[in-house]
Amino acid sequence: MPNEGHVVLAASELGKLIAALVQKGYAVVGPTVRDGAIVYDAIESEKELPRGWTDEQAPGHYRLKRRDDDALFGYVVGPQSWKKYLHPAEVRLWSAERRDGTFRILNNEAKPQPPRAFLGVRACELKAMAVQDRVLLEDKYRDAIYAARRAGAFLIAMQCTQSAPTCFCASMGTGPGIAEGADLILTELMGSGGHRFLVKAGSERGAELLRELATTAASAADLSQAEQGVKTAAAAQTRSIDNQGIKELLYKNFEHPRWDNVAARCMTCANCTMVCPTCFCTTVEDVSDVAGDHAERWRRWDSCFTESFSYIHGGSVRTSAKARYRQWMTHKLAAWFDQFDSSGCVGCGRCITWCPVGIDITEEVRALREGTNHGNA
Amino acid sequence: MATAVITSTDVMVPQSYRVQEVSKETSDTFTLKLAPEEGSNGSSFRPGQFSMLWVFGVGELPISISGDPAKNDQLIYTVRSVGQATNSLVSQSVGSGIGVRGPFGTGWPVEAARGRDVIIVAGGIGLAPLRPAIYEVLHRRDEYGRLVILYGARSPRDLLYRKELAAWARHRDTQVLVTVDYGGVSWRGHVGVVTTLFKYARLKPTQSVAMLCGPEIMMRFVTRELEAHGLVRPDIYLSMERNMKCAVGFCGHCQYGPHFICKDGPVFPYDRIRPLMEKYEL
Amino acid sequence: MGLEEYYTGLLTGCAANVRFQPGSYIFKEGEEANEFYLLRSGRVALEIFGAAHKPHVVETLEEGDILGWSWLLPPYVWKFHAHAVHDTRAIALDGKCLRTKCEQNHDLGYEVLKRFAQIMERRLEATRMQLLDVYAVK
Repeated sequence: MPNEGHVVLAASELGKLIAALVQKGYAVVGPTVRDGAIVYDAIESEKELPRGWTDEQAPGHYRLKRRDDDALFGYVVGPQSWKKYLHPAEVRLWSAERRDGTFRILNNEAKPQPPRAFLGVRACELKAMAVQDRVLLEDKYRDAIYAARRAGAFLIAMQCTQSAPTCFCASMGTGPGIAEGADLILTELMGSGGHRFLVKAGSERGAELLRELATTAASAADLSQAEQGVKTAAAAQTRSIDNQGIKELLYKNFEHPRWDNVAARCMTCANCTMVCPTCFCTTVEDVSDVAGDHAERWRRWDSCFTESFSYIHGGSVRTSAKARYRQWMTHKLAAWFDQFDSSGCVGCGRCITWCPVGIDITEEVRALREGTNHGNA
Repeated sequence: MATAVITSTDVMVPQSYRVQEVSKETSDTFTLKLAPEEGSNGSSFRPGQFSMLWVFGVGELPISISGDPAKNDQLIYTVRSVGQATNSLVSQSVGSGIGVRGPFGTGWPVEAARGRDVIIVAGGIGLAPLRPAIYEVLHRRDEYGRLVILYGARSPRDLLYRKELAAWARHRDTQVLVTVDYGGVSWRGHVGVVTTLFKYARLKPTQSVAMLCGPEIMMRFVTRELEAHGLVRPDIYLSMERNMKCAVGFCGHCQYGPHFICKDGPVFPYDRIRPLMEKYEL
Repeated sequence: MGLEEYYTGLLTGCAANVRFQPGSYIFKEGEEANEFYLLRSGRVALEIFGAAHKPHVVETLEEGDILGWSWLLPPYVWKFHAHAVHDTRAIALDGKCLRTKCEQNHDLGYEVLKRFAQIMERRLEATRMQLLDVYAVK
């Protein structure tokens, strides 16, 4: 495979990459171990990365386990995604004060954000950003808050060389390899050749940053090892969704008995929507102080799994767990095509891992296709 | 696809409008007249569109605009008080400020209906979102064929715009038929659900465009009746309703199948939503 | 064939033009049901008297509607009051006569019942919708 501008960065130099970003004014966000999971948070150095840790995932199961090496990105995906920063859980839209029997809006601009650098963006996460771009930037209206945070973000992607049993990005065409969409694309390599990163610039500012670091030319062996790692990750995936005719499958099976089956298990806890990197639903809350002179409008994450989500006078439209699970799955896998020209799912598998009862969206698709009630329950 | 020229910082901020008048239509329904604070944009809208009305410190509600689209110096809303938020809206005194965002959504097909007969079927408060379409047709009366207005309410005391209904009936080639579900003692008019009025409607079905607004159950029965009378699905339009928070397609609450009622609706042609209307808990 | 033609054809000699003054009762609940009416103009309210003896109007009928089917089925007794709200003109048809003819000629009976079944079905549907009370605040 041609070199295509690949270089190699020693793992010991990664700290300099982070320092260079900080120097350029970026607030660096990366993976770190906290509360038994690998989460995204502000980091100041490579010391905070999850060195030697991996994640063991299965339906309804997540545990951190020690690796027998010192890999810095030897895990797959944690409960959080970058939407934590791009489409924040809680943001104030504006505040207002009472004035002359009416009101006056006080501050309305999207609060200026320090540009952030996201270190360790997975293929599925890059695709999720593209999916949210389509929803929040490229439809009838444009979300100024998302736009500002997205434009400023410097993306350092990390190709996967391993998969969790819950991953199915290969079948969704969203990974594990990354060709574009990030400022830098890295692959962590170990073994003979040393602990290092294969790096490719994906943008001008990525290339500029690379020039400031001590890199060496990539060899054919480096490229081959990276390529092999990605292939291994893809081949290891046991789960999949067959997207052939999936829109019709879901639209035409509104009354399929499988929905009762999943409804008996689903607790409508909304975990799946919280961890899903493409779920974007929010609610708008108006609050005021006790005196009633000052009001604020806040936007908060919301979930279609709550009963109040579909409330209109007289009651909610989707009162049953069945209706709500069906809504989520049909929207994510089918209606999204009509709305935004792609699937809403990127195959990251978080919903499977973080569902307390281990409902598996890939299994539910299969059950609908096969017209059966088989599977867990 | 991207016609995205409007940013959320604009459309999520309410404009200040002052209450000019609050008039009582029925025991629980009131009409508010609002005029923009000086310096605000003109209040133009298309029949069928809605605004998000904000009461300081209470909350925001989607309310259909109910006034005359030809008069863009004020906005008129007919609101039924059914809960805390609507109650605070109708309790505003003259001169107080209300936040207005919008107008949002798709409108009634008043242009497409030109040259054809128009049948308007309203149930309960559903007459309010249809009134702008009626005004539009009456303003350009000669550009339309027959006008038939069928209106059903719960009881005589719940009828809206009674004086206007009588005035509308006096236009040429215009039929206004009113019915109630419960007649009471002194009502001398028709008693029965609104579908029972169809046999009196003078229509040319293949040349008609129908506009419907009311409770979903009522709209389902009415579409059946319209089809039985020979109208085709693309000529029937309904105004749908779902929970709304942002009104700009971001919060996800108003989804109806693949449609966002705030931007793909609230007015839909029946052929597009018929399969959805048959689905329970969609 | 139009309703009027059909029935007047069947009942030549048993049909008559009638007129009811506004406010008058065409028939009352409990009375023997021996005729039915084809309304040509005006408005008739079907009423039930409630506990306080105030009438509840459950439905109104107008031009083209058929008033009354209790003549067709036992016990041949009116279930409602029929109150002419406006000046009402109708064709009164001898239900007792038609009943007898249907007993003698079952083919005719079937045709008549078919027509009335249709009317009843539409009224039932409409009544059920009224029961739903769709405009009420829940």
